[in-house]
Amino acid sequence: MPPPLKIALIGNPNTGKSTLFNALSGLQSRVGNFPGVTVEKKIGRVQWGEQSVDLIDLPGTYSLAPRSLDEMVSVNVLLGKQDEVGLPDAVICIVDASNLERNLYLASQILDIGLPTILVLNMFDVAESRGQKIDVAGLEARLGLPVVKCSAHRKSGIDDIRAAVERALAMGVRSRPPLFPAAFAIESQQLAEKLAHWGHPNTPPYLIERLLLDVGGWLESHFGGSHAHELFQYLQQARERLAAQGCKVPMIEARTRYAWARETLKNLVEQPATRPANLSDRIDKWLTHRYVGFIVFAFVMLLVFQAISSGAEPFKYVIEAGQEWLSGIIISWMSPGPFRSLIVDGVIGGTVGVLVFLPQIVLLFLFIALLEDCGYMARAAFLMDKLMTKVGLSGKSFVPLMSSFACAVPGIMATRVIENRRDRMVTILVAPLMSCSARLPVYVLMVTAFVPEKTWLWGFLSLHALTLLGMTFLGAFVAIPVAWILKKTLFKGETPPFVMELPGYKWPSAWIVFSRVYDRAMSFVTRAGTLILTMSVLIWAACYFPGDHQPADHLQSKIETLEAELEGADDPRHREIETLAEQQNVLNSALLEQSYLGRFGHAVEPLVRPLGWDWKIGVGVIASFPAREVIISTLGTIYSLGSEVKEESSQLKDELQHSTWPDGSPVFTLPVAVSIMVFFALCAQCVSTLLVIRRETNSWGWAAFTFVYMTVLAYLGALICYQVGTWLMA
Amino acid sequence: MTTLDTLPVGKSARISEIHGEDAISIRLMEMGLTEGEMIQTKSVAPLGDPVEFEIRGYRLSLRINEARRVEIEMFA
Repeated sequence: MPPPLKIALIGNPNTGKSTLFNALSGLQSRVGNFPGVTVEKKIGRVQWGEQSVDLIDLPGTYSLAPRSLDEMVSVNVLLGKQDEVGLPDAVICIVDASNLERNLYLASQILDIGLPTILVLNMFDVAESRGQKIDVAGLEARLGLPVVKCSAHRKSGIDDIRAAVERALAMGVRSRPPLFPAAFAIESQQLAEKLAHWGHPNTPPYLIERLLLDVGGWLESHFGGSHAHELFQYLQQARERLAAQGCKVPMIEARTRYAWARETLKNLVEQPATRPANLSDRIDKWLTHRYVGFIVFAFVMLLVFQAISSGAEPFKYVIEAGQEWLSGIIISWMSPGPFRSLIVDGVIGGTVGVLVFLPQIVLLFLFIALLEDCGYMARAAFLMDKLMTKVGLSGKSFVPLMSSFACAVPGIMATRVIENRRDRMVTILVAPLMSCSARLPVYVLMVTAFVPEKTWLWGFLSLHALTLLGMTFLGAFVAIPVAWILKKTLFKGETPPFVMELPGYKWPSAWIVFSRVYDRAMSFVTRAGTLILTMSVLIWAACYFPGDHQPADHLQSKIETLEAELEGADDPRHREIETLAEQQNVLNSALLEQSYLGRFGHAVEPLVRPLGWDWKIGVGVIASFPAREVIISTLGTIYSLGSEVKEESSQLKDELQHSTWPDGSPVFTLPVAVSIMVFFALCAQCVSTLLVIRRETNSWGWAAFTFVYMTVLAYLGALICYQVGTWLMA
Repeated sequence: MTTLDTLPVGKSARISEIHGEDAISIRLMEMGLTEGEMIQTKSVAPLGDPVEFEIRGYRLSLRINEARRVEIEMFA
């Protein structure tokens, strides 16, 4: 069998590149990361008859002029310098048929690289509907490479691509007349000689071109090895010589390539003589309107937020019902013991812990895909940009951060729209500060148990509601200085351009929306989900071992036998079961205290003592690492009420209110309750969020950083609240 | 010197120069803002920044301090 053919897929953003990738690879792809960068490596395996093909999806870009290591990846792939990929056999360059001139800028750079290339004119139907006529055969003749028309979202034209690639491979690369003026060719030649002298012979011509053209680019400061400094000085002089001859860098590149694009398209593209204000223009006029635009925006965002926060609820119930059903089956098959506990509490519990995120992820990406595909996403960033620049971010950070108020996991996954690495990193790092829905149970328990019930304005304003509101916005409020500091320190640098294309409006395509949602959901389950499951099992083990579970298991067997024999509601054995369950709860409470986790809780008591907490709260907080809401069931177990308690449970509130220190003073006072809430508002007690951060940043370091900085903030916040609160109350 | 940020909504002008050679200026050129091209202001965001333009048949959003780098010639 011949080795797989390697084909790179590249194009501008908003050209439907991922749609084409999915259509070609049939949603079968291997996803990973290029080492050391945040760029996703996506390779799809296609079978073309006998020949298998590896399709390499490169990130969407307007230009192949690398300004960072991330941007360098695409250039390296196309030059065969990315070892784990190897030199591609051909390149598919996808362009937006309705916007050819600008798209040909990137195409012209790709042609300079000199691989067999085909040009795919995607969204051909959109261009036709706008009255454009494109002479495809003429373009093919002028460019000297296969040109295919395609509407990937309708899956039309996909089959022609295979034939075109085969044609391109047979044709090989036709040499092109030099694009840049003669002065540039002379400088390139001299630079190549200089580099050979410095130990870099055979530097690819495209890199020579980039070295000369990219003022402040990645190459000029990272190429040349031990001669980097000399190279840098040489480039300065070479650019001065070019400027003197009328080839001012960097301006010469845009001027030359755009002139080439216009010349290439001359007489081949027919535009309607007078462009009438089309529907897209009319819609845009309202959607970016001063007042109407804002109202529509607020409405759309409210809808998205509502959908991910409450729309996901019914699905969560279904998942939890499935968990109960499956656990029920296991329980009826196995007698109580460590294995049953591992399967029911560790494996099934952990799997559900992964699955509960899916409804939110699917819903958020359904909305994002819809809004992106119809062209509104870019307008949302346009409307919110001014506001976000106040913390040093851009409009593109708004939707990910807003989504994080429902759940940081999909919110962080949504940061991929932010091209600038520094902006994206800061957004990822502050997203977990937004108050997610998992924090609410903790607030509800603390507020209803310890905050006095006070109302003002005839019951319209209540202290409970105000506290809840304050807690919800505390994280976002703290995120402002955090983002600002991160931008001034770790992610310092020149303000990235906010030069953003506003694509024309169109009806979203079901196929595009489906494939995007499928993509994100699968990527979460396979790449973050497995880690979350592993963590859940580990934490289960920390809560279970060591300790003799036999007496508790024995009681459980007895309860289950009795339950099976129950006859009717007035069966006297109900009372017996209740007594047994109470005994069992006491045993479980002791077991948790003896467990590794319980011991750890005791060990850290001196550390949490200044926050006003006893070891029980400490254990609850540590046990809530898999997910914040777990603190409720852990407190239930510690206070011998069983793990089934809910935050509204009056029993649990009662236990908390009567819990005392050895000297008889109450553990829970108002300052303690506030300290717990503030801690939860700011801490990173959510293993899923941290694992998604590790996944999106391709680094354990950033996950650890998030955990540390948020825990420090949470600790300080809780400390101040408790200490100041106690002093005020005294 | 007239710059692009001062071009009123609905008006067109010809680009005469892009100032600077940092990431922002290079991006402007890559997006097709080159000397001699016509550009039109389409709308302004509700908070006054950024601004939407049309160039080379497509729509582009620029912040005001980015548009300030673009020198234009206006027509009567």
